[in-house]
Amino acid sequence: MKLFKNILESVKPHFIKGGKLEKMYPAYDAFETFLFVPDHTTHSGSHIRDAVDLKRTMAFVVIALLPCIIFGMWNIGDQYFKAISESSDFMKNFIFGFWKFLPLLVVSYAVGLSVEFAFAISRGHSVNEGYLVTGMLIPLIMPVDVPLWMLAVSVVFAVVIGKEVFGGTGMNILNPALTARAFLFFAYPSYMSGDKVWAHGAGVDGYSGETILGALAADTTSWANLQWSLNDALMGFVPGSLGETSFIAILIGALILILSGVGSSRIILSTFIGGYLTALLFNLWGVNVLMSTPAHIHLLIGGFAFGAVFMTTDPVTATQTNKGKIIYGLLVGFFAIVIRVFNPAYPEGMMLAILLMNVFAPLIDHYIIGANIKKRLKRVKV
Amino acid sequence: MSKDSFLSKKNKMLLSDPLDDNNPITVQVLGICSALAITVQLKPAVVMALSVLVVLSVANVVVSLMRKMIPSRIRIIVFLVVIATLVILVDQVLKAFVYDVSKELSVFVGLIITNCIICGRLEAFAMANPPGKAFLDGLGNSFGYGVILIIVAFFRELLGAGTLFGYPVLEKLGVYDLGYENNGMMILPPMALVTVGVLIWWQRARNEKLIENE
Repeated sequence: MKLFKNILESVKPHFIKGGKLEKMYPAYDAFETFLFVPDHTTHSGSHIRDAVDLKRTMAFVVIALLPCIIFGMWNIGDQYFKAISESSDFMKNFIFGFWKFLPLLVVSYAVGLSVEFAFAISRGHSVNEGYLVTGMLIPLIMPVDVPLWMLAVSVVFAVVIGKEVFGGTGMNILNPALTARAFLFFAYPSYMSGDKVWAHGAGVDGYSGETILGALAADTTSWANLQWSLNDALMGFVPGSLGETSFIAILIGALILILSGVGSSRIILSTFIGGYLTALLFNLWGVNVLMSTPAHIHLLIGGFAFGAVFMTTDPVTATQTNKGKIIYGLLVGFFAIVIRVFNPAYPEGMMLAILLMNVFAPLIDHYIIGANIKKRLKRVKV
Repeated sequence: MSKDSFLSKKNKMLLSDPLDDNNPITVQVLGICSALAITVQLKPAVVMALSVLVVLSVANVVVSLMRKMIPSRIRIIVFLVVIATLVILVDQVLKAFVYDVSKELSVFVGLIITNCIICGRLEAFAMANPPGKAFLDGLGNSFGYGVILIIVAFFRELLGAGTLFGYPVLEKLGVYDLGYENNGMMILPPMALVTVGVLIWWQRARNEKLIENE
């Protein structure tokens, strides 16, 4: 750390007021606060300062993502070696997956942070840490073989149109990571759907890289007749995007988020409950395969669990009030299943459901707060 | 009435103002629906821009000539009769001479009647100004509308389908061989909204008159 400190100290004179690179101060500031605890003091009024600042919060989300990332990397290798019917061991799978995941991560961070830095410098504010999590989430929800330039385009779209036009971190209406995915989904659908994109090497030697959700949405075979067991879906030994397959890994992440207080347990639980109840309801109807799929299976397949734990809990785009969080979660779960069972073209209803509810979150809060004010005003009169 | 020449500075402003400082789409945010609906390709956008040019400039002149006879209570109905007559004429001309484009535009030619820009200009300008000025105002506003339409359609057709006026530009340039793909989202209406939004953003950042002070 001493080395970094010395480097920062030596270049600092160029960046402070009057220096040659004065305009680039936000970039310097970003590196300094990333490496060291900032010594900035507040100027006016009374402030409560907490050691848990935005950076620490974001770091916890990244820690919570680690089980998904590690399992996802292993799973990419596992799916690939299964597809080409070659035997492999743990390390071989993992290393193969690592080299598939790394370019996605590098592109996501490099492109996203460049845009963030450019906006911070042109607007003269400091670079926020929000992108640390977004940049990590994006490769986790993309198909593993997505062309890197497409990833870059969708990252630029998500950061500029999804976030910076609204004023940057904390001001965005839509979750930037999901915005990137939605953009890719609608712009280049052939790379985002079908049965060839969700496992590297799918399509050779008759190995199908179909996801469970994709197989069920085709409306030909029911869950009971699929090649995957309940255990596969729980552990995540199935094709899918890097982060979404393993329910267990997501569950560990959820526990880390809830115990550290970073993610709202209300949102996570109510999303699962909303999805479960809706799926139960459709079981009674049961006119297509997805409708008659057991309710608990719905929570395990596709991006439902990953979205419920890591996407709905985004503190910026979710509701802020306690009651609002429950309504928000229930509705996300409800719409995710509704979109799934009614629209076979978009079986991944979770993404669209969360984006839809992101838009409605401020409205929910508005009415909850309004109702509370009314209730308390009544108390005053009596 | 002032007796300045036909192309005095004031009258030139009537033509140039709607192109930038007072653009009907990006500043007044009128006529958005048609800007979203027919900007998938350049050809219909150009035809639409020309149709609106004819309807708006003629309607402006006609209403301006009648402005002292129109009872203010029923002026909107009079506007609609004038606009509807002109739109039917334009529609028939399109059907007669460029049938395929007319088919592509389908209901949107008829919907020029409901284009807020036209009624807005009649109400705000033609009712209070002589025919010459009203004509210039009509031209200026249709140019302002058409320019935005064509810019949006240019990007949507180029990025969404890889063509310009149906000519496969990107294929001839050979970018598909480099692994490039058309962006399917540009063809969907939401991207028209985003494109118009980016135009508004760019215009407001550049034009100091449009920066709102709080």
